[in-house]
Amino acid sequence: MPEQDPKKRINNFDEVPFGYDEQTAIAEAKRCLQCKNRPCVDGCPVGIDIPDFIKEITEGDFEKAAVILKNKTNLPAVCGRVCPYEEQCEGKCTLLKLGEPVGIGRLERFVADYILRKGEKLPKKPVPTGKKIAVVGAGPAGLTCAGDLAKMGHSVVIFEAFHAPGGVLMYGIPEFRLPKEIVRKEVEYIEKLGVKIQYDVVVGKTISVEEILDEYDAVFFGTGAGLPSFLNIDGENLAGIYSANEFLTRVNMMKAYKFPEYDTPIKIGKKVATFGAGNVAMDCARTALRLGAEKSYIIYRRSEKEMPARNEEIEHAREEGVIFKLLTNPIRFIGDEKGNVKQVGCIEMKLGGPDTSGRRRPIPVEGTEFKIDIDTALIAIGQSPNPLIPQTTKGLEVERWGNIKTDEQGRTNIPGIFAGGDIATGAATVILAMGAGKRAARSIDKYIKSNKQ
Amino acid sequence: MVPQKIKVSFCMYEILEKKVLSDAVKLMKIKAPLVAKKAQPGQFIILRIDKKGERIPLTIADYDRKKGTITIIFMEVGKTTKQLGLMKEGDKILNFVGPLGIPSEIENYGTVVCIGGGVGIAPLYPIIRALKQAGNHVVTILGARNEELLMLEKEIDEISDEKHICTDDGSKGTKGFVSDVLQKLIDDKIKIDIVWAIGPVIMMKVVADLTRKYNIRTIVSLNPIMVDGTGMCGGCRVTVGGKTKFACVDGPEFDGHQVDFENLMLRNSRFVDEEKHSCKISGVE
Ligand SMILES: Cc1cc2nc3c(=O)[nH]c(=O)nc-3n(C[C@H](O)[C@H](O)[C@H](O)COP(=O)(O)OP(=O)(O)OC[C@H]3O[C@@H](n4cnc5c(N)ncnc54)[C@H](O)[C@@H]3O)c2cc1C
Ligand SMILES: Cc1cc2nc3c(=O)[nH]c(=O)nc-3n(C[C@H](O)[C@H](O)[C@H](O)COP(=O)(O)OP(=O)(O)OC[C@H]3O[C@@H](n4cnc5c(N)ncnc54)[C@H](O)[C@@H]3O)c2cc1C
Ligand code: SF4
Ligand code: SF4
Ligand code: FES
Repeated sequence: MPEQDPKKRINNFDEVPFGYDEQTAIAEAKRCLQCKNRPCVDGCPVGIDIPDFIKEITEGDFEKAAVILKNKTNLPAVCGRVCPYEEQCEGKCTLLKLGEPVGIGRLERFVADYILRKGEKLPKKPVPTGKKIAVVGAGPAGLTCAGDLAKMGHSVVIFEAFHAPGGVLMYGIPEFRLPKEIVRKEVEYIEKLGVKIQYDVVVGKTISVEEILDEYDAVFFGTGAGLPSFLNIDGENLAGIYSANEFLTRVNMMKAYKFPEYDTPIKIGKKVATFGAGNVAMDCARTALRLGAEKSYIIYRRSEKEMPARNEEIEHAREEGVIFKLLTNPIRFIGDEKGNVKQVGCIEMKLGGPDTSGRRRPIPVEGTEFKIDIDTALIAIGQSPNPLIPQTTKGLEVERWGNIKTDEQGRTNIPGIFAGGDIATGAATVILAMGAGKRAARSIDKYIKSNKQ
Repeated sequence: MVPQKIKVSFCMYEILEKKVLSDAVKLMKIKAPLVAKKAQPGQFIILRIDKKGERIPLTIADYDRKKGTITIIFMEVGKTTKQLGLMKEGDKILNFVGPLGIPSEIENYGTVVCIGGGVGIAPLYPIIRALKQAGNHVVTILGARNEELLMLEKEIDEISDEKHICTDDGSKGTKGFVSDVLQKLIDDKIKIDIVWAIGPVIMMKVVADLTRKYNIRTIVSLNPIMVDGTGMCGGCRVTVGGKTKFACVDGPEFDGHQVDFENLMLRNSRFVDEEKHSCKISGVE
């Protein structure tokens, strides 16, 4: 797919891939073999009828293609951009064995963008059931669950702590990967289905779960994995050291990259080190370049092979000039006399035998300590579930890492309380969160119908 | 479709009342029924004035559950607080979320000394009131740079058993710092069960250093830079007892003897040069 030139794009926040035009999309769609056994569909966590929507593209009926997509996903323009499709649908595509799989994700993006530009018809208004459901959190899980429930005729309100919808889609994933305008438009569609979003409501603080249950027939928690992890090494509270969440929120949601037009500041200096090697880390390192960093490092304690980020993201980061310092572990931060971070002390690592996760365990190599000069450090080593909801919901069962315990259908141990997405699984993916939201919507519908009061 | 009981004032929060307490210090009553319903002493809110605005935290200085209002008192130190200071009664604020943070631990301790410095006096007010209602003997010490910057004197006088005032320049009360007054109380052998100190970081540090010597438990309220206020960004992290805490969810009140104040001052100055920073919150220094 055509992309912005790396040299140019590190000076702007515009989207990197341009997306297919109609001709390319049709040509790509024609490569699909329309396999009878549909392996690609099995690879999609929400079970999109992939061959069917692709078939409509080959016939030039993009609107019909959109209807097929929207049967299974409320956020196709988002999925078509950020889904790790190479491991999911495209990873199962028959054509993969013969070389290139069908560009399913890109085709999905093409159709979604087409319909966003064109404007789309709403599905027929369902018969109102008179039931009220509260959804907590307007991330992918909550939005999907809410949209599906609204389509079933229930009255749905989302309570969102922030002043904007989207969860990580809005505050985490950068503009150049997922334009916020796209998120906003897809959320608008969900609102048009009848979903109300009430911002500035922190459930557990502003209103309690008991109050919600007094008034609503069921509640869904899609509150995400918002709690940032830190390295827990010396000097981590020096000025200039941010969690990935803080850094990305300032830049994406508060638009610090447009400071002073927008009021929220960000200061990164010339040399920025990002710790971790997942998608979040790539987003940080690439954002740093766009904010003017001359050197942007990824510091990771394992090797290239173990990096958890998507290949596409790693590739993009490399093209843009991110410097990878692999098999390197930070051991302490060193500050200047004013308390700003100025260096990070690191040690070289080597890989030993496999650990419990099956990956080879990194072991420090003695006597290899060295220092890297930095102005800013970004900690992107993971997030765990936000503890606020579990803490303020009496009797709610949680697992070891604080995830809310649910069954396959999103039911918690308390009748009427459902959960899904990162809050139940720990940090995962957009599409998995959406899948969880969908399953929970079905199970909430079933619960309400069987629960005749 | 709007829920009946949990009614949210949709998106906009009206300024019902505005008072100018001094040149740079203003009081506002904001219509925010959901926040008012839950607000407790020691908690705070985060507001954003408009679409391009920054989210800034302000302590809840008072609340009226019946009228559904929250009182904030703020010092104009930078862009957002200055812009807020220019707003009038009837104007609306775009976002107003709370109550955030853990409420003050109110119980009957015996004799409590409540120390407020500058704008720190504002958040102290509901705490004093709650402590009094819990049956404590309340001694208050209010301090500021000068008379202009003292606030809520009358209100606090009415609910305190004993009140001391001091200013840096001697324009009101005794000349000197709140810590001098506290030292005198200690020298006078007054039995003090607990101290609450809210004000500029340096004031809280000086008070905590003093009470540590006499082993008097001291609660302080910290004001690190915040973004979300829900534990999501870690920007508000402070070092307490050698451990990292998030002030927005673990605080904002902490045991003053455990707080690393130097680190807090550093982290708070990360977006300004130090000169500007020192004018941040008025009061004792
Ligand atoms: C920087 C970054 C990049 C990523 N890149 C990708 C990618 O490329 N592809 C991919 O598939 N996945 C990616 N992910 C992961 C993906 O974004 C998440 O798995 C997904 O967003 C989880 O969705 P969710 O709905 O469970 O939670 P979230 O998106 O976290 O949404 C939770 C929402 O709940 C709100 N909330 C929390 N607590 C409360 C409360 N008490 N009351 C009210 N509201 C509350 C939050 O404000 C938030 O809006 C990335 C994550 C990050 C951080
Ligand atoms: C829990 C809490 C309660 C607070 N309560 C009050 C209060 O009741 N009354 C009051 O006057 N002030 C209070 N503050 C401080 C107030 O939030 C800041 O003065 C305000 O954010 C400054 O914003 P600004 O845009 O006007 O100034 P800026 O131009 O952004 O900065 C001016 C100064 O304020 C500091 N600052 C900037 N942003 C923040 C931030 N988000 N949090 C803390 N400091 C910051 C800067 O380091 C700088 O020194 C409180 C802070 C916290 C964390
Ligand atoms: S939602 Fe994701 S996995 Fe499913 S078809 Fe689209 S890109 Fe593939
Ligand atoms: S597996 Fe590939 S080729 Fe077969 S139907 Fe799916 S997308 Fe088409
Ligand atoms: S303000 Fe973000 S974690 Fe406290």
